[in-house]
Amino acid sequence: MAAKKSAVKSRKPVSEPQKSDLIGYYRDMLLIRRFEEKAGQLYGMGLIAGFCHLYIGQEAVVVGVQSVLDPDDQVITGYRDHGHMLATGMTARGVMAELTGREGGYARGKGGSMHMFSREKNFFGGHGIVGAQVPLGTGLAFSNKYKGSDAVCIAYFGDGASNQGQVYEAFNMASLWKLPVVYVIENNQYAMGTSIARASAETELFKRGISFEIPGEEVDGMDVLAVRKAAAKAVERARVGEGPYILEMKTYRYRGHSMSDPAKYRTREEVQEMREHHDPIEMLKKRLLEAKHATEDDLKKIEAEVREIVNDSAQFAQDSPEPDPAELWTDVLVESR
Amino acid sequence: MTDILMPALSPTMEEGKLTKWLVKEGDTVKPGDVIAEIETDKATMEVEAVDEGVISKLVIPAGTEGVKVNALIAVIGGDAAPVKSNGKAKSAAKEAEAQTRADAKADAAGGKPDGTPGEAKAKNDGHRLRAPEQKSAAAEGLHDPTLPEGVTYAKTTVRDALRDAIAEEMRRDETVFLMGEEVGQYQGAYKVSRGLLEEFGDRRVIDTPITEYGFAGLGVGAAFGGLKPIVEFMTFNFAMQAIDHIINSAAKTLYMSGGQMGCPIVFRGPNGAASRVGAQHSQDYSAWYGQVPGLKVLAPYDAADAKGLLKAAIRDPNPVVFLEHELMYGVEFDVPQVEDFILPIGKARIRREGTDVTLAAHSRMVKFALDAAEELAGIGIEAEVIDLRSLRPLDTETVIESVKKTNRIVCCEEGWRFFGVGAEIAAAVTEHAFDYLDAPPMRVAQKDVPLPYAANLEKLSLPHASDIVEAAKKVCYREQK
Repeated sequence: MAAKKSAVKSRKPVSEPQKSDLIGYYRDMLLIRRFEEKAGQLYGMGLIAGFCHLYIGQEAVVVGVQSVLDPDDQVITGYRDHGHMLATGMTARGVMAELTGREGGYARGKGGSMHMFSREKNFFGGHGIVGAQVPLGTGLAFSNKYKGSDAVCIAYFGDGASNQGQVYEAFNMASLWKLPVVYVIENNQYAMGTSIARASAETELFKRGISFEIPGEEVDGMDVLAVRKAAAKAVERARVGEGPYILEMKTYRYRGHSMSDPAKYRTREEVQEMREHHDPIEMLKKRLLEAKHATEDDLKKIEAEVREIVNDSAQFAQDSPEPDPAELWTDVLVESR
Repeated sequence: MTDILMPALSPTMEEGKLTKWLVKEGDTVKPGDVIAEIETDKATMEVEAVDEGVISKLVIPAGTEGVKVNALIAVIGGDAAPVKSNGKAKSAAKEAEAQTRADAKADAAGGKPDGTPGEAKAKNDGHRLRAPEQKSAAAEGLHDPTLPEGVTYAKTTVRDALRDAIAEEMRRDETVFLMGEEVGQYQGAYKVSRGLLEEFGDRRVIDTPITEYGFAGLGVGAAFGGLKPIVEFMTFNFAMQAIDHIINSAAKTLYMSGGQMGCPIVFRGPNGAASRVGAQHSQDYSAWYGQVPGLKVLAPYDAADAKGLLKAAIRDPNPVVFLEHELMYGVEFDVPQVEDFILPIGKARIRREGTDVTLAAHSRMVKFALDAAEELAGIGIEAEVIDLRSLRPLDTETVIESVKKTNRIVCCEEGWRFFGVGAEIAAAVTEHAFDYLDAPPMRVAQKDVPLPYAANLEKLSLPHASDIVEAAKKVCYREQK
């Protein structure tokens, strides 16, 4: 592909987050946390079935990255996707009702936990095949460059997916054609039950782009502000035509890989250590209080508001009817006539 | 007050053991705190508090086995909770209600042995078949365009017809682009893309690295992003590396997204046996792709159909698998010289009319079927040759109508017989024209072995016109003793 210069003007760097921004990040992370807890609860009650991968512990990654994106930028991820959807502004109701497989869900119950999309919010899934989102996201970036738009695609994937061959096929083309894509590796240390050390010859995943000339860096993925800072740089770089970038977010999931995973491959102490000393929400809460950006009461109000949204979504997801049987036959093909 | 209920570790779990409590009565908990461990024979799981409050009662003692799912195991007092609790008991009741409603719905939908509306089924299972109340294919506009009187034809190879189709569509629509291995500077491994780089430049005619899985996925992503990619595989044998994106990403996403995510993309390239290239480079994927809902699958025979159908495929808002044939690229046919020659997808073409036996074929097998028909005519058997052209949707109606006239059918395909295109057609004919059949449907296909390299073995493995003649004679009970 020709190195077609897109008509991108140089842009202002992403500004320092203001007090209201910080409170927004707190709220967004809390919403994801409470939403996922509720999803786990509904799963336990048999209202959500199949595979359900919770994002608890990793909230800072998507909230931090999302904070530097423009509305035209695209987001694509794998199956641990509920947090990404909430962060792109999709409604808790629509996501939860998709989890329960009801008519009010984003795909009218036909996608489920791992396959959800919102054209409106430029959220392109929700993909169930490990690593598939990497070439797909690279293709979205390709379409941006082809059309001369200055949108950037964020392709999220995990440490497990980073060992898939197609990831490197995509890296090669993205770098070769200088595509506006940022690869965010959410390294939560475990590919299902296999720790990164047991699966990866090179465990520093930000180096995985070296042979494709894609720069990368390691980021504290539990710190929303560190995430934001790193993402701002990578996204702006991609936006002005300098090509792809890899951000390795060191993060941690508190729950098992999916609901049926007892997570016996790691110690309780390891999980406790992360929860007590590195929790992204608690760390930001502490900052907000110390800087007097908010009082305990302010934060309790946010908590109450978030719980209201989550409880409402759970109620909606139970009240929404199952899809009409006629839905079985719709959306197989786009009818051109 | 919030009731904590015994959770299910999986949808099939009915009961489990409450292994231990990690809290005691009087403890204050907040959401996310682990309060208990439960286990089944398969797994152990932690139970987390979902509300803030004080544990007012542990109902089930640690170590209890056989605790039913949704049984009350503990109660959290609401006094410490800053916000109104959601009330799990209420949710559980709702759940029961929802389940009842779901059951009732399921009964309504599937209680009868044939609860599926017949019309929708006929329309949607890949067969294009007329239900009594439906309009015929012709009435739906599924017919070849009427050519103007005095139209001229130009001898064109299949290769150039394909090229012309791509070029015309690229001129017409800026979002159409071609990508694949050697499509640009090399002018195409089989020269299908000859001249396109010169006309459209390297922004729209893109040489990819040898990376089928990657560029198929990239193409699908580009289609999600609003472009109309034509992805060329040097052969469909190499597309096996990419079949995940063709099926999982391209074909299923519209459905999984509730209709939000169209994927207008064409995957094209030579399919089937070439000549003396051995098993890994000689496979017919018609049946593989033909099985997948969400795809359209085309396999034209001559140059006019190649052109008209490829143009239709590029304009189609769905993912289309376009199966070409290497041994047909250089063959010349008449192509009508009309502006914007475009054919309907899903309509077979009757290549030769006949009264005694129907020969259904696609791609290069059409040639063998026509040759066989010629030979059969010599012994007084008039064969009707149907060129399927489109495998999904399959124009079953045209096949059925033909069988109602001839009462016999031979299904011809280059691929393996097992679970093949012929099997599908034979089943459809048996289902819809059973009373018209004077003989069991027969299939002509490749022998059930990987394609051998040795010239004599290769010839033995692949189907030929003579095999079709023999099969036709059998169903006409004209077998030589």
